[in-house]
Amino acid sequence: MFQVRIHGRGGQGVVTAAEMLSIAAFEEGRHAQAFPSFGSERTGAPVVAFCRIADQEIRLREPIMEPDALIIQDPTLLHQVDVFAGLKKGGYILINTNKSFEELGLGDYVRDWPHERLCTVAATDLSRKHVGRPMPNVPLLGGFAAVSGVIRLESVIKAINAKFSEKVAAGNIAGASEAYDIVRAEMEEARRQEAANA
Amino acid sequence: MLKQCEGSHAVAEAVALCRPEVICAYPISPQTHIVEGLGEMVKSGELKDCEFINVESEFAAMSVAIGSSAAGARTYTATASQGLLFMVEAVYNASGLGLPIVMTVANRAIGAPINIWNDHSDSLSQRDCGWIQLFAETNQEALDLHIQAFKLAEELSLPVMVCMDGFILTHAYERADIPTQAQVDDFLPPYEPRQVLDPAEPVSIGAMVGPEAFMEVRYLAHAKQMQALERIPQLADEFKKVFGRDTGGLTHTYKADDAETIVIAMGSVLGTIKDTVDDMREAGHKIGVLGITSFRPFPLVAVAAALKNCKRFLVLEKSLAVGSGGIVATDVRMAVTGMGLKGYTVVAGLGGRAITKKSLATLFEKAGRDELELVTFLDLDWKVVNRQLEREKQTRRSGPAAEAMLRDLGTVASKIA
Repeated sequence: MFQVRIHGRGGQGVVTAAEMLSIAAFEEGRHAQAFPSFGSERTGAPVVAFCRIADQEIRLREPIMEPDALIIQDPTLLHQVDVFAGLKKGGYILINTNKSFEELGLGDYVRDWPHERLCTVAATDLSRKHVGRPMPNVPLLGGFAAVSGVIRLESVIKAINAKFSEKVAAGNIAGASEAYDIVRAEMEEARRQEAANA
Repeated sequence: MLKQCEGSHAVAEAVALCRPEVICAYPISPQTHIVEGLGEMVKSGELKDCEFINVESEFAAMSVAIGSSAAGARTYTATASQGLLFMVEAVYNASGLGLPIVMTVANRAIGAPINIWNDHSDSLSQRDCGWIQLFAETNQEALDLHIQAFKLAEELSLPVMVCMDGFILTHAYERADIPTQAQVDDFLPPYEPRQVLDPAEPVSIGAMVGPEAFMEVRYLAHAKQMQALERIPQLADEFKKVFGRDTGGLTHTYKADDAETIVIAMGSVLGTIKDTVDDMREAGHKIGVLGITSFRPFPLVAVAAALKNCKRFLVLEKSLAVGSGGIVATDVRMAVTGMGLKGYTVVAGLGGRAITKKSLATLFEKAGRDELELVTFLDLDWKVVNRQLEREKQTRRSGPAAEAMLRDLGTVASKIA
């Protein structure tokens, strides 16, 4: 079972992102369970949503306390919420930011991590560019498909088409695809550097 | 057709497939998405020959449901928590009059303190209201139980509550097999009322009944619930023939045959319990599960049969009989009278407190060693409780308790679970 926790703020589409991730996994014939954190959701307040992906029926209903992957939709949460709580060592981390892990003050925390699992993408900017709104959730799903390899970009696109009207979907598909390419390039760069250092 | 969707959406689709003629509801979390979905289907014309009635309160919702059901219309509504409490007088009338209304209860805690999250306090507060109460373990089962509920309700002329865990199920996206209209039509015949308000054949419904017949009329309600005990398993079989799924029935067991310890619960927590039991089985513990689907009528015989070979049982319930212990546990203890079993009551998950595998494993192991108290509160923060008790001992004007306990706890918005 692969477990993803998504952190963001009310209004950033955190819950929708988890739901879409589950649709993408379902499109690949897998079992998936997405659910929101049971907190009061107000615009700007920290929000958590969860998604489990597995090859058999998912019966577990507890919140995800030991995720395999984290998607952080708002880097300001790093100073407010223990977003890394329970994250498996070497797990995937995708952050919506134009800064590096070092610049975010996370250098020490991820010192021993495989570098290609640590990715960033300026998803809010991508959303502004392609959709005209600061909604980082969908581009991050494109980035997540790249970094985790758990779902394909085509499945994310199917989920986008399932959730949005045709017009809104087009911009989101462009945003997710560009994020996918950006993250793929980052991973290749990380691998190249690791090979060079080895 | 398999679909990845929200639990509320799956239920809305199921209700629509049952061809309701009147839907009335007042919005309250976490039930709202269900009736929103149905409202959209009525408006778009996807759900035909159905009137969606906006009402001004839950009391009005149940009153409208009573009227439309008495007029011979297949009637549906949904509510939760304070909404259910607000309609209580009409809830008793619906069952007392024998009107086969189907209502979803998206289970949520009852205030004060106000809390929108899941537990079973709301529907269990209506334990004795005369409605049948069925509890769903998954979204698929919630969907299936609604289809069975209309058939059961209309055959017996009794209202049915389908209870599903608020947020945990209503707001969870998972796969659901949505049946075809032909399948549902095959299973569920058109509504043939036992009594109907018809100007051509006038009757009155709702007579005043004095001591000469009140006991007998009330006993009839009990007799009908006993009929439901027979009918519910049969309906599950009939359902399986049409839909191919094993859902509904009175109870379900899991790895219970050779179990020395049996954990009893209702609703979605059964999934987490089964995962925990699988792990413990691997470690050599003889433990199994009894899920109760039908809380009313309570299947005394089926429960006793499921527990006949075990040494002890543990009832894990999302409800609290304040001043006594457990609500479900009381019924289970009645079922096993004279069987010489050790029994434990565990109150868990109140107001949306997460029930984790880790806590369950520790709890079940303790039960296996017979080290549990008669009543246990799972993961209770004793520090917070004791500090408040101490405060109340020290100061007469200790102030509102909930506010003080929240202050002691500090911020919780940043916690994951």
